[in-house]
Amino acid sequence: MAEPQHGVSSTDVKKIARLARLHVEDSQCGAIAADLNGILAWIEQLAEVDVEGVEPMTSAVAMKAPMRADVVTTGGIRDLILANAPKSDDGFFVVPRSVE
Amino acid sequence: MFIAPRVADKKDWLSGETGDWELIIGLEVHAQIASKSKLFSGASTEFGAAPNTQVALVDAGLPGMLPVVNEFCVEQAVRTGLGLNAQINKFSRFDRKNYFYVDLPQGYQISQFEFPVVGEGEIEITPEDGEPVIVGIERLHLEQDAGKSVHDLSPDETYVDLNRSGVALMEIVSKPDMRSAAEASAYVDALRQIVRALGTCDGDMEKGNLRADVNVSVRRPGGELGTRCEIKNVNSLRFIRQAIHYEARRHIEILEAGGEIDQETRLFDNVKGETRTMRSKEDAHDYRYFPDPDLLPLELTDEFIAKIKADLPELPEARKARFVEQYGVPAYDAGVLTADKATGDYFEALAAGRDAKIASNWMMGELFGALNNAELGLADSPISAEALGGLIDRISDKTISGKIAKDVFGKMLAGEGTADTIIERDGLKQVTDMGAIEGFVDEVIAANPDQVEKAKQNPKLLGFFVGQVMKKSQGKANPKAVNDLLRSKLGL
Repeated sequence: MAEPQHGVSSTDVKKIARLARLHVEDSQCGAIAADLNGILAWIEQLAEVDVEGVEPMTSAVAMKAPMRADVVTTGGIRDLILANAPKSDDGFFVVPRSVE
Repeated sequence: MFIAPRVADKKDWLSGETGDWELIIGLEVHAQIASKSKLFSGASTEFGAAPNTQVALVDAGLPGMLPVVNEFCVEQAVRTGLGLNAQINKFSRFDRKNYFYVDLPQGYQISQFEFPVVGEGEIEITPEDGEPVIVGIERLHLEQDAGKSVHDLSPDETYVDLNRSGVALMEIVSKPDMRSAAEASAYVDALRQIVRALGTCDGDMEKGNLRADVNVSVRRPGGELGTRCEIKNVNSLRFIRQAIHYEARRHIEILEAGGEIDQETRLFDNVKGETRTMRSKEDAHDYRYFPDPDLLPLELTDEFIAKIKADLPELPEARKARFVEQYGVPAYDAGVLTADKATGDYFEALAAGRDAKIASNWMMGELFGALNNAELGLADSPISAEALGGLIDRISDKTISGKIAKDVFGKMLAGEGTADTIIERDGLKQVTDMGAIEGFVDEVIAANPDQVEKAKQNPKLLGFFVGQVMKKSQGKANPKAVNDLLRSKLGL
């Protein structure tokens, strides 16, 4: 299998992991990069298909978005909303301090 | 990416140690759509509810929940686009903008990146003390608002309320077409008036329903564009001007000292009147947009757009021009009277079939003054246009004088009834019966022989006699008749 044209490096893996808030050990980065490159190379086979004059497919189903009327149909379910919160107080979610 | 061909008026150039500088400003305005429910859920958007009581499962980012777009919100985006003379895109798509923050439960904001619902447009603005300027609109797209973080309820924790999470916003992006703080604030004001006239957003900046991200850079007049900084979430016209002034000076100082501007996001501190760095991580802007797989593309039909176009109201600029033309009011007054839809509607109801000049004087003078004192908006006015019109009619047909009318107005304000009711009840009808007026005049002359002699030497004393007669008639005598009679009887 050929190497993908725009390969993923260990640095890319580190960066993507950080953006996704995933902890990846430095020692794992090389292996993950190799796996990702394998997937990308496989997908790049699609580049062989001639798509001249074909509109980009934006969805797997040929239909447009169904729309909803502007009416209030839910709310007042605070206990349910907060049910899984590790901590809540006075109706709020409570999380570690996060201020810019 | 951007070009900025227009060079600022010389009066707007900023002088530095090493020469003149020119300001380049572009704005991203977030306008909350005036919908009852959220962009992708059926939870209410009502302001001020108890925390987390207006949250649907989808707004809380719970797994397995699917968003369904609110048709009304799409209509409002199109309506606003038409009001901005902009291109409406029949095909648009929702994308995920990925970032982590405590008030963003999904871990991404649903927005429109590559294909916004509205494309390029333009509006005309008139800055204070300046010539009209055309400001280009780059795009308008639909997106979700985030929840609210409260940092002052606990010293080491943040409290999160998701009531605002998922509320529909229109982000309106301008081209970098503004060259002074006055132009930027006039632009936001014009947008505010347009969305209010269209009814697509209430434009309430205090509640944060309309807020601006301000992009500022400086360059040598007509020269190469400089590096810009973005000042986030500025929520008043005054703060927008202050933030721009501060930021422009900061850039000039750095550049003149040989430094470079870092492209960054800054916050405006409205207490100190300064901006400061908000985000320092260089990859904070790496949002990794991709099409939201939960949502199908938005495809609008010609009928959908035509229907919205058909009931587009008259916009403020057009209405202002019509007021000057049709009612003959000065441009400044026309601007005040068309500042929002309700004010314009009130004036038109009041001026219908009446002298427009008198109508505008009463509305802008007495009515606005009284409402201002009572800290009331026009919507809460105790006097309707119809009622105020009834009062003006009694002046026009000379039932009461303008002076008495002001007293009647005060009583109407206090809720004592219509002009006719009050005039009748208090017997305020102007006395036009010449016999009765002559009686008052004779009584006053007879009671003041000394003054009569003096008046013959000094005609200015006529005022004293007029005052006495008006007092006797309890203000009801026709002032012109009193003057005429006194002049002839005193031989003045």
